[in-house]
Amino acid sequence: MTYISEKNIDDAINFQCDTGNYHTFCPISCVAWLYQKIEDSFFLVIGTKTCGYFLQNAMGVMIFAEPRYAMAELEEGDISAQLNDYNELKRICEQIKRDRNPSVIVWIGTCTTEIIKMDLEGIAPKLEQEIGIPIVVARANGLDYAFTQGEDTVLAAMVNRCPRESEIKQEKRHNPLLQLLNFGKKPEEADSQYHPHPPLVLFGSVPDPVVTNLTLELKKQGIRVDGWLPAKRYTELPVIDEGYYVVGVNPFLSRTATTLMRRRKCKLINAPFPIGPDGTRAWIEKICGVFGIQPRGLEEREAQSWASVQDYIDLVKGKTVFFMGDNLLEISLARFLTRCGMRVLEIGIPYMDKRYQKAELELLVRTCEEMGVPVPPIVEKPDNYSQIQRIKQLKPDLVITGMAHANPLEARGINTKWSVEFTFAQIHGFTNARDILELVTRPLRRNARLLELGWTSLVQE
Amino acid sequence: MKLAYWMYAGPAHIGTLRIASSFKRVHAIMHAPLGDDYFNVMRSMLEREKNFTPVTASIVDRNVLARGSQEKVVDNIIRKDKEEKPDLIILTPTCTSSILQEDLANFVERARLNTDSDVLLADVNHYRVNELQAAERTLKQVVQFYLEKAERKGDIVTEKTPNPSVNIIGISTLGFHNQHDGRELQKLMTDLGITVNSIVPQGASVHELKKMPSAWFNLIPYRELGLATATYLQEKWGMPYVDITPMGVLETARCIRKIQEVLNQQGANVNYEDYITHQTLNVSQAVWFSRSIDCQNLTGKKAVVFGDNTHAAAMTKILTREMGVHVVLAGTYCKYDRDWFCQQVEGLCDRVLVTEDYTEVADAIAEIEPEAIFGTQMERHVAKRLNIPCGVISAPIHIQNFPIGYRPFLGYEGSNQIADLVYNSFTLGMEDHLLEIFGGHDTKEVLTKSISAQSDLNWSEEALRELEKIPGFVRGRVKRNTEKFARERGITRITLEVMYAAKEALGA
Repeated sequence: MTYISEKNIDDAINFQCDTGNYHTFCPISCVAWLYQKIEDSFFLVIGTKTCGYFLQNAMGVMIFAEPRYAMAELEEGDISAQLNDYNELKRICEQIKRDRNPSVIVWIGTCTTEIIKMDLEGIAPKLEQEIGIPIVVARANGLDYAFTQGEDTVLAAMVNRCPRESEIKQEKRHNPLLQLLNFGKKPEEADSQYHPHPPLVLFGSVPDPVVTNLTLELKKQGIRVDGWLPAKRYTELPVIDEGYYVVGVNPFLSRTATTLMRRRKCKLINAPFPIGPDGTRAWIEKICGVFGIQPRGLEEREAQSWASVQDYIDLVKGKTVFFMGDNLLEISLARFLTRCGMRVLEIGIPYMDKRYQKAELELLVRTCEEMGVPVPPIVEKPDNYSQIQRIKQLKPDLVITGMAHANPLEARGINTKWSVEFTFAQIHGFTNARDILELVTRPLRRNARLLELGWTSLVQE
Repeated sequence: MKLAYWMYAGPAHIGTLRIASSFKRVHAIMHAPLGDDYFNVMRSMLEREKNFTPVTASIVDRNVLARGSQEKVVDNIIRKDKEEKPDLIILTPTCTSSILQEDLANFVERARLNTDSDVLLADVNHYRVNELQAAERTLKQVVQFYLEKAERKGDIVTEKTPNPSVNIIGISTLGFHNQHDGRELQKLMTDLGITVNSIVPQGASVHELKKMPSAWFNLIPYRELGLATATYLQEKWGMPYVDITPMGVLETARCIRKIQEVLNQQGANVNYEDYITHQTLNVSQAVWFSRSIDCQNLTGKKAVVFGDNTHAAAMTKILTREMGVHVVLAGTYCKYDRDWFCQQVEGLCDRVLVTEDYTEVADAIAEIEPEAIFGTQMERHVAKRLNIPCGVISAPIHIQNFPIGYRPFLGYEGSNQIADLVYNSFTLGMEDHLLEIFGGHDTKEVLTKSISAQSDLNWSEEALRELEKIPGFVRGRVKRNTEKFARERGITRITLEVMYAAKEALGA
């Protein structure tokens, strides 16, 4: 693998930054998947009716399944500081404790709490003492972040709650029951199938089947996963200490990575993300490389994975795709689709962390070289209006975009795929390559069937 | 602070955006952080809109927080003016801009100097009004702006049309079945020989507004939207208005009689009585339908109604007066207009509930255990949980409430649609009867799914078998009532005797 420095990436890729007038989900939407992931949590979004209305509409039917999230809806008295923030939050959190008794309450700060400078980080520790439930504060607001970055702010806040080795040892000493529970386990025996390597913790919220899947893929290489951030339950947050290795599974987790490095002195393995067979292989290879392990059977594993999606590849080969950009998965998806034989015309992305995504960017450049296609321009903070002008001009075979533009583009005869589906579908690891292509090809398959009817454009312009 | 899981009416800016996107060539610019343009998704999804929603955001980010919006808002307005060439740009404040207290009015003033389009600042305060009130205000603001502008320019059309004519005010984007209602009202007006002068705001151009005063009267089909505009038009231009919602056969007749009165006062000399009779008895099927023997089974059935003012009030009237259904509870989430609602449903239901808290509504429903619910999407979900049928009659609504088939709620065709909705919500009449005789579809069915499935009470074999004979949809209620009866009397074993005693005592 040729090494490309940051400067070389800048030479190889045309980075642009536009006006930031684009459509995306508010980062508070992360509560929708995080409350399901962290089973003993309760997410309290401290904001206005606007936030509530967004959540209620964006989450659709989930809202009716007794969700473990709610709004602390700010009223005029809160804004003008006639009411005391501490007392108000105390009243609400006590009610939550009474009704749901969660193991953690996550406060999601919003634009409003930022503007009125509500001191959530200051109030939380005091209230935590008083009601006896941990309170984690994450500022997932639309002033600073887009969509999936909400998860990043929550996980970054969770890092500080992960136990240290010393705390665990102390707890063991003070808690004979814990020793009793561990009694009978023979860790040495279990370890024999793993290579000796420093502890490794993975970060990023993915559905449990994906957790199992990626953990097993690493196990095949003799690499032990010592923990995931987040775990299934808040009470099971992994031990993270100085010298641990960490690796991300999603491209939007730069704050979490930074926090792990700076606050916990962890070593970040900078790898491409395990999205697509190519990404998964590169991800595993990079981890193996860091630990000095020779990967086994990865090439066959990747080839096998590609072979199983050949029918879909035949469909997308030679087609063009345009990412309008709204969830930060764009680079990884573009790299994967390039490998599938598609030509990417533009990669829109809300925010581009060239350091955290360095390995992914390098893989993108290399993939483009190997597939003999130009490296697409990366447009940070895109301007949707100008993008639509470009789409009209370029007439891509597929536009990956938000729901605000999908129907209007379809009505103009342009195939679209709703981008949010990529954040909710299982897209990681070798086995899920088919799911990504299932999503990408769906509009192509559907519209191919309707094509013979001849009604492609349904508007007069 | 208020702990809230769900809300009936959206935030103020949604109301403004609904008005802006209803008009033709009107563009709204929200002063909002990233992600607040969720309105575009709703419109594109729910209404399956083919065109780009004319709403963009002037993004409030960290820099704006530090230095103020400065030129940003003005630049965005001017840019949109060049790109889209709209007739009007409405600068829309959000909760965020409400507390930033930037001088948006000043931005509007400055932008106006450089645009061909008109520019307005929506006069809504996020913390004082909700979606419905904001829509009401914005519509009035736009109408007033263009009438006054036309008056200044001297091209306002105040001369009445030669034939009786009407402005239909209040049909809007994302309104519950508004598109279909609009068509039905137009048809009704044509039948009555009344020319439709304009429909506002849906599909209207702001340039048409100047001819609004030439109509003989204004028709306000919905309580929530249009009344402020109608009041303004009456005060300033002396135009009478009719604000009776023509929903249900009786109210449609009352609305038409009121129109007749308003027109005759202006010398039209019309008589619609024959039309009303003909429609009621021969054209609309609703009256005959509720008279037909199959609908006897609806008599005295218990129902709960909840929704916005217009639909909940009209539905209560229809159920009680036209179908003989027993409305136990009628409620609305339009707290700001509660008196009107209470007055409308007075004497037509046992209890009135005015609340914005869905758990209060859900608890009331669970307690009443009605045979059918007529409410919003929220009540539909409550109903599903309690295994009670539900018909959706009001916003908030989901995509299935934007049918592509013709489904008005207003006028004579609307009354047909409502009759179907009501009838299909209750278990079909003869089926109900037969089920009762033969003890349910499937006598082998196990007793689960009911809320009190896990009970500490002991049922005798015989009593259980008897319970199984009771049709599924009332079985849960009979079981609960019997158990309640038993508990109150300290009975631990439920036998046939206890069951019948409970039935007699509770009438269940």
